[in-house]
Amino acid sequence: MSVVTLSVNGQDVAVPAGASLLEATRAAEANVPTLCHLEGLTPVSACRLCLVEVEGSGKLLPACSTAAAEGMVVHTHTPQLREVRRMTVELIFAEGNHVCAVCVANTHCELQDMAVTVGMDHSRFPYQYPQRSVDASHPQFTLDHNRCILCTRCVRVCDEIEGAHVWDIGSRGGQCHIVAGLDEPWGQVQACTSCGKCVDVCPTGALFRNSDTTAEKQPNTTLPALLRTAREQRRWHNQ
Amino acid sequence: MSVPQQLRCCDASGCRSAGGQALRTALEGARDAAGLDAEALTIKPVGCLRLCGSGPLVACDGPGPTQLFGGVAPEHAGALIAASLATSHPSGCDDALAAHRLDLEDPFFALQQPVVLEGCGQANPESIDDALAFGTYAQLHRILQELTPEQVRDEVRRSGLRGRGGAGYPTGLKWDTVALQPSGPRYVVCNADEGDPGAFMDRSVLESDPHRLIEGMAIAAYAVGAERGFVYVRAEYPLAIERLRLALQQARSRHLLGNHIDGTSFNLRLEVRVGAGAYVCGEETALLLSIQGQRGMPQPRPPFPAQSGLWGAPTLINNVETFTAVPAILRQGGDWYAAIGTEHSKGTKVFALSGAVVNTGLVEVPMGTPLRTVVEVIGGGVPDGSPIKAVQTGGPSGGCIPAQRLDTPVDYESLLELGSMMGSGGMVVMGESTSMPEVARHFMGFSVNESCGKCVPCRAGTVQLAQLLDRFVERRATPADMERLDALCQMVKVTSLCGLGQSAPNPVLSTLRWFRHEYEAACREPAACVAAGGVER
Repeated sequence: MSVVTLSVNGQDVAVPAGASLLEATRAAEANVPTLCHLEGLTPVSACRLCLVEVEGSGKLLPACSTAAAEGMVVHTHTPQLREVRRMTVELIFAEGNHVCAVCVANTHCELQDMAVTVGMDHSRFPYQYPQRSVDASHPQFTLDHNRCILCTRCVRVCDEIEGAHVWDIGSRGGQCHIVAGLDEPWGQVQACTSCGKCVDVCPTGALFRNSDTTAEKQPNTTLPALLRTAREQRRWHNQ
Repeated sequence: MSVPQQLRCCDASGCRSAGGQALRTALEGARDAAGLDAEALTIKPVGCLRLCGSGPLVACDGPGPTQLFGGVAPEHAGALIAASLATSHPSGCDDALAAHRLDLEDPFFALQQPVVLEGCGQANPESIDDALAFGTYAQLHRILQELTPEQVRDEVRRSGLRGRGGAGYPTGLKWDTVALQPSGPRYVVCNADEGDPGAFMDRSVLESDPHRLIEGMAIAAYAVGAERGFVYVRAEYPLAIERLRLALQQARSRHLLGNHIDGTSFNLRLEVRVGAGAYVCGEETALLLSIQGQRGMPQPRPPFPAQSGLWGAPTLINNVETFTAVPAILRQGGDWYAAIGTEHSKGTKVFALSGAVVNTGLVEVPMGTPLRTVVEVIGGGVPDGSPIKAVQTGGPSGGCIPAQRLDTPVDYESLLELGSMMGSGGMVVMGESTSMPEVARHFMGFSVNESCGKCVPCRAGTVQLAQLLDRFVERRATPADMERLDALCQMVKVTSLCGLGQSAPNPVLSTLRWFRHEYEAACREPAACVAAGGVER
């Protein structure tokens, strides 16, 4: 196995060739924040929180979808990066309706944790208070658009791991929202297997089990990586 | 060969909307009334005659020198027929037409150097015979018989041609990158999703000379080894789509497309793909997804389309103008093309001139022509004679260039230096009465509507930027808003995923840079904003 070596915040690390910059920063324990990225799913570089500075590139690069290359000099926490990360989280909070006190994901929310990580204690940008709906048509789960940050983890896990492709994105720009089936109520989508993977990978309280109330959601985000590895290694008999 | 006696009537969108079709019908009627037939006096629809603002345009090729008339109503048909038959410029006898006569020696025409547009306004866009008579497809025949793909690429590389879609990537280098990928299928794609407000160059080329584009694409396909290609046209260009489809059909029936073109082993299938109204599909990775039937959203690059594009195969994607310049480059040689323009920006560029300017229309000039020449000499300046305040280039991705920088040569680097960009070629002239915060808000509103919504800075950031600009336009901004505007513009610029998001703050940044006083004056308490200062670059 060939290996590439690079420098992350002054620390030399070696990672297998083909590894992402994110893996390299993790090898250096650099704690680059991520929100849309999830182990086991295709990276989409949508949240822009994992942007890092690579000397000589001129642009900030998303660590999740950039391949680590020999001799790269990477900086993960420059003042500029800290500032844009904080602003990104501010924008996410201002864009939706995120009210932790009444949220199922309170204390288990990746967005909430992210605010702490990047040091965001208030938003400089006015809250938009958008009018968004709640889809409670599914017998076991609920989708609350108010809490959705459009990370598309649900879209990807349903498509890439479960193979049902129930979720997709409708409309564009600030009007973007997750749609079930052909923009139908979730409960009417026959393709849905009710496996609950989308609920488990959702970083916020946008997707939750009906049995959970405030602060009771217990997500399990390790599933996609586990299932993908099992599939790739052909651990199942019927493969 | 003697010049045929003919009337060329512009039949592109601009002149059509000014009543060009009714005029042509009236001209045919007047010709019949004068007892002439089509042999004696040909009346043919052609593509763009450049001065779109004075449409409908008619050019008379007669026994005398060519004459051009603009803004002609159907009732002038009889006088036009008479004028076209006259051997010399009539002096006092055609009072009715005197006001409509356009001077072809005017700088608007005289300073232009048509390369991409050389067939526009000459050939009938709906007739392949006319295109063939004009010399279109001659270079395709020649290279298929005489040149290897390497030689074609070498010629393009030597021409120094750079992508005309806006970013200015060296075309020869891109062709080489695609051609040198491991063997397997390849595609050529033409980006005709011209979405910038104020840009209509590609539309005019498609409506005026579609065969030239097809020839350019076929040459490119031969040079990179592709056997299939697509032209992605926005749905808002119905006439362009119709003519392109017709041209493709004609080219197929003449075996200029299809299998064993010209008896060689070169095969090429070209198809039209129509967009669905998303500006972002002009971004190459989004465009390729759209062709594949998926939601048009930009993807992280690398991999670049040249390595992995349509269905994972190496894909050459160029703009309409880039492909259309290729036949002329092969005919005249790369060195000829490289001799035009500046050291780093070779050749000519087509601009769509509009806004507060006397001459509205298409302008093709050598790269490096001073901006002042384009807008004041060729464009004729602001209609009421007042000074120009700024020129907006590059649409919502570009910026405003202030009057004091009008002597800047128009090339890729100079415009970038001024905080604008070449963009696809839209050039909007603004007079003294234009408010810069309003201009910025207008373009930001465009970006808000056209953001695909994938990445956070563009999706949520442009919304916040538009609201901040509202505060300036409505004169209720505070010094804190000024700081937020500066900071958010920088953040959206450096963190957005694709070129659209990265350049969405440009209209704000460039107006902040050159017209900061207007933002300060637009604050609720202007003095406080001035005191707050801000990031001066």
